[in-house]
Amino acid sequence: MMDKRVPDVPAALADVQDGAMVLIGGFGESGSPIELIHGLIDQGARGLTVVSNNTGNGEVGLAALIKAGRVAKMVCSYPRSSNSKVFPELYRKGEIELELVPQGTLAERIRAGGAGVPAFYTPTGAGTVLAEGKETRDFDGRTYVMERAIRADFALVRAELGDRFGNLTFNKAGRNFGPVMCMAAKTAIAQVRRFVPAGEIDPEHVVTPGIFVGRVVEVPEPAQESALIEQGVSYP
Amino acid sequence: MSDKTRTGLSRAQMAWRAAQDIPDGAYVNLGIGIPELVADYVPAGREVVYHTENGILGFGPAPEPGQEDPDLINAGKKPVTLLPGAAFFHHADSFAMIRGGHIDYCILGAMQVAANGDIANWSTGAAGAIPAVGGAMDLVAGVRNVLVITEHTTREGEPKLMERCSYPLTAPGVVKRVFTTFGVFDVTASGFLLQEIAPGVPVEQVRAATAAPLAVADSLKEVAAPQPEKAAAHV
Repeated sequence: MMDKRVPDVPAALADVQDGAMVLIGGFGESGSPIELIHGLIDQGARGLTVVSNNTGNGEVGLAALIKAGRVAKMVCSYPRSSNSKVFPELYRKGEIELELVPQGTLAERIRAGGAGVPAFYTPTGAGTVLAEGKETRDFDGRTYVMERAIRADFALVRAELGDRFGNLTFNKAGRNFGPVMCMAAKTAIAQVRRFVPAGEIDPEHVVTPGIFVGRVVEVPEPAQESALIEQGVSYP
Repeated sequence: MSDKTRTGLSRAQMAWRAAQDIPDGAYVNLGIGIPELVADYVPAGREVVYHTENGILGFGPAPEPGQEDPDLINAGKKPVTLLPGAAFFHHADSFAMIRGGHIDYCILGAMQVAANGDIANWSTGAAGAIPAVGGAMDLVAGVRNVLVITEHTTREGEPKLMERCSYPLTAPGVVKRVFTTFGVFDVTASGFLLQEIAPGVPVEQVRAATAAPLAVADSLKEVAAPQPEKAAAHV
């Protein structure tokens, strides 16, 4: 019988190895799989390359993972925000590597990785410093930049409902990078607010089909990053 | 400094003027800052659908205090509401809308705009700064009509309309029109063309504050610039 449900967060993350490439969903705190990220801190893997739109806020979630020294390299589009201090400090000290990628290029590189497309041409970034050193090609009189697909060992995403086949729905704009990240990882791990029996999610309403998902773990009341920061929480 | 003491148009007046250019039925992406105000001034009778990069079409104004939802935010990470007919989608689809030419207008701020339509709005290139680009490059490369709203000069009085941008580009040759404190400027094959001028501002003052040759339209008129009331649809 196919059953992708795992009993708890440690079981979901047990085999993340040092040096792994990990996609982490979320746009700021929206859709951020905070319990899985904290679980990854507890699990202890080091030297990670993390692909995520931002670099976290305060000292919880992704910022806490970075603060714990587990991340060797960030691949992201917007590595600072009003409340991000952990990444900027390490970056200025030269203790963490950054690959800056335009947001749409980041999403498409991940999607392409999941779709078996090794590279693609995009107009985004052509004629800018972010295209320096990259192959370009003209199509119909316009210059495009070649971008490589991203494939990863793991994806950590937050979803709403999940069943034993791994079918997922998401919560509003918390969906953001979740579906494409599930596609592009060897093992996609989704924390869901609620397990439901197979068949309860209307097939018309499945957002991420279970074929893209490796493990599902139930986290009924996920923490909200901004609320933890307001409470002065510093993880662990 | 309040809007009243500033020479030329206020932020609200610039936003009002830009809103007059948005046609009925347009899909629009608004940048952070003054561009966000544009939604308040779209003329009655025009229906505009707003897109935000993080995966919403058809969002509305900020919710009442206490009704905020952390999974219902715009690209500036501020809380929004949904209007009837709204839709959610993932990030690759969201940027397919942008890069694929499906968004009709984007209105955004800029550090510099050049006479050839180059725009710089993501980095000053200063050493030690944390580079961050977000969706800025995708928007200006992908959306068909790129409009800029900006103060005519920086706080220090430096020109923002340039012969060539000195900051790193967001994209070359994409800006069609610029709304500033001093008026409305089209980017033409031969450079900036002043189409409308702020009431009470002499052309020579505009020229002196612009670091590029400035042509003046034969049909130059004053910006119709009421102290605008917010439209009811999107307050």
